Amino acid sequence: MESTFSTTQTPIGQRLRRLLSKVPVILIVLLVVLILIALVAPTFYRPVALLNFLKRAAPIIVVAIGQMYVMLSGEFDLSVGSLITVCAAVAANVINNNPDNLALAFVWVFGIAIVVGLINGLIVTRLNVPSFVTTLGMLLVLQGAISIYTRGAPQGGITDNFRVFGRGNIEGTEIPYAFVIMLLVIAIGVYLMHFTTFGRRVYAVGGNPVAARLSGVNVGRIKTTAFVLSAVLAAVGAVLIAGFSGVSSLSVGQGYEFQSISAIVLGGVALGGGRGNIAGAVMGALTLQAMFSLLNFLGFPLPIRLSVQGLIIIGAVAIAARRGRT
Amino acid sequence: MSAIAQTQRRAGAFLNVLQTNPTLGVYAVLVIMLVACALFVPGFASSDNLINILQRSVALSLVSFGQTFAVVGGSLDLSVGNAISAMAVMTSLVMAGRVEMMIPTVILVIAVGMFIGLLNGLIVTRLRVNPFIATLGMSLFIQGVLFSGFDNFAGSVPREFEFLGYSTVGPIPVGVIFMLLVALGAYFLLRHTRFGYHLYGTGGSAEVARLSGVRTGRVLIIAHVLTGLGAALTAIFIASRLRAGAPWVGQGFELESISAVVVGGAPLSGGRGGIWGTLAGVLILSILSNIFNILNVGAFAQDVLRGAILIAVVAFYTARIRR
Repeated sequence: MESTFSTTQTPIGQRLRRLLSKVPVILIVLLVVLILIALVAPTFYRPVALLNFLKRAAPIIVVAIGQMYVMLSGEFDLSVGSLITVCAAVAANVINNNPDNLALAFVWVFGIAIVVGLINGLIVTRLNVPSFVTTLGMLLVLQGAISIYTRGAPQGGITDNFRVFGRGNIEGTEIPYAFVIMLLVIAIGVYLMHFTTFGRRVYAVGGNPVAARLSGVNVGRIKTTAFVLSAVLAAVGAVLIAGFSGVSSLSVGQGYEFQSISAIVLGGVALGGGRGNIAGAVMGALTLQAMFSLLNFLGFPLPIRLSVQGLIIIGAVAIAARRGRT
Repeated sequence: MSAIAQTQRRAGAFLNVLQTNPTLGVYAVLVIMLVACALFVPGFASSDNLINILQRSVALSLVSFGQTFAVVGGSLDLSVGNAISAMAVMTSLVMAGRVEMMIPTVILVIAVGMFIGLLNGLIVTRLRVNPFIATLGMSLFIQGVLFSGFDNFAGSVPREFEFLGYSTVGPIPVGVIFMLLVALGAYFLLRHTRFGYHLYGTGGSAEVARLSGVRTGRVLIIAHVLTGLGAALTAIFIASRLRAGAPWVGQGFELESISAVVVGGAPLSGGRGGIWGTLAGVLILSILSNIFNILNVGAFAQDVLRGAILIAVVAFYTARIRR
């Protein structure tokens, strides 16, 4: 009895362990968090609440997918947080409580994003300034510029036809616009990353820039494009964030640079580039947001979010490093 | 004609020297700045103002000296900002205005700073977590705990403790003398000890250093401990200046110290740089904000200029590497 137990047990245990080692860490973490939420707050799983959760997660996911291109190509973008603030404040200023200015606001927001992304990319690739320094400098420049432009606090105001993207539902349904936009961004992100030459080149550039260059890839152009994508998706994130929570201060984008990097790292992207995928980044962002919800349900003070975020990114990367070694 | 060509050649050679010797290059920039400011900025060259610049450099210098160790080793420390806040709060909280607690508190805070550095070092080397993530995680962790417990100035330091932040020896503030002593100590560690050589080796190429028998892990851990020590000294100095710590007093020091080290000529890829370069980097940043204040440049415009200058300076250094 005992011997049959042990002989059947070992292979199953081994098989289970082998299976587990193939499952991405982040999926396990995400499931654990979702199960914990189910125990603490079962109402979370009503469709409306769930869609609300996804609405709140949409900005991080969108920004993280942009950041992902930059990180896969081996760089960082620390300027997304302040770019989000800039885009939100500019939108408020351009719209200035007049719904007719919506189109103009979009032109400004995405125009600024493209220019910022281009400048980041060109400084990194043409002047060979490390992206950490470049985007840190850009962060300071954007932060200062928007404070000068608005004299320290947001001016104007955004109208409902702008806010609807961040907080409204499609008419007659419970489906938030933000959710649809998020799905669109994910779809486009997956297509670009995994089904185009550009995507393969991003991997190549991050994995081994010298080999990529020698095989005819224009490394500079790929990296610059990645920075532009990151900036544009930060602008999309800004539209969602501004819609969801309004533009009440010049700190709307604060923390998004590190949150997006955290999400991606949780999703298993190797720093230095070359490895990772969109699914991982999305799961990383969802995990982060789910963790925030869980802490909220448990009644922890808001700042504890940061501590937990810190611990889990260290833990996730440490586990990934351990797995990579064995 | 040939005279012009010769001058051009000389100027070119001069630029080459500046670019191949980063520290010399940084000091050239510093001297040019000083001369230009003395000539064009009214009130800049007064001894009061110059001492003011030095006094305002102390906090950033101390943390930047520490950061230099991490950067030279090819690592970096993003946690110093929040660590400084936490330790400044700890300083004033534990002292609680009592003179007899001054020395025990200073020892405690230094131990805490080195312990945070030790944790960073262990996470980076033993758990093999990228330093960016390891110290970002540490930073977020400290910030979360700190802001859960405190939202304002807490505790106070005794009057006697303000000695560090306010007293002077002749015209020179005690803080500046302290900073120079720390600089000398850090310089000695980096350039005249086995640890220092090993650290440059590790930062230059960890693989080569390891193969030549350097225990790179331990070297990097010590570097991080020293970075934590630098943060602790900064926290103690800030507590003395502000008379109490608050959870935001260290904010921004992580990025500013990295900026100072980078402006001082140390690439983030590691293996190069030094204390005197970092000191010049700090002074350049301090002089910038000083002349911005004299010329009444708004705080926001200062951010813009600081960001642009940071990029420009590093672009100047990398132009060398490319050639």
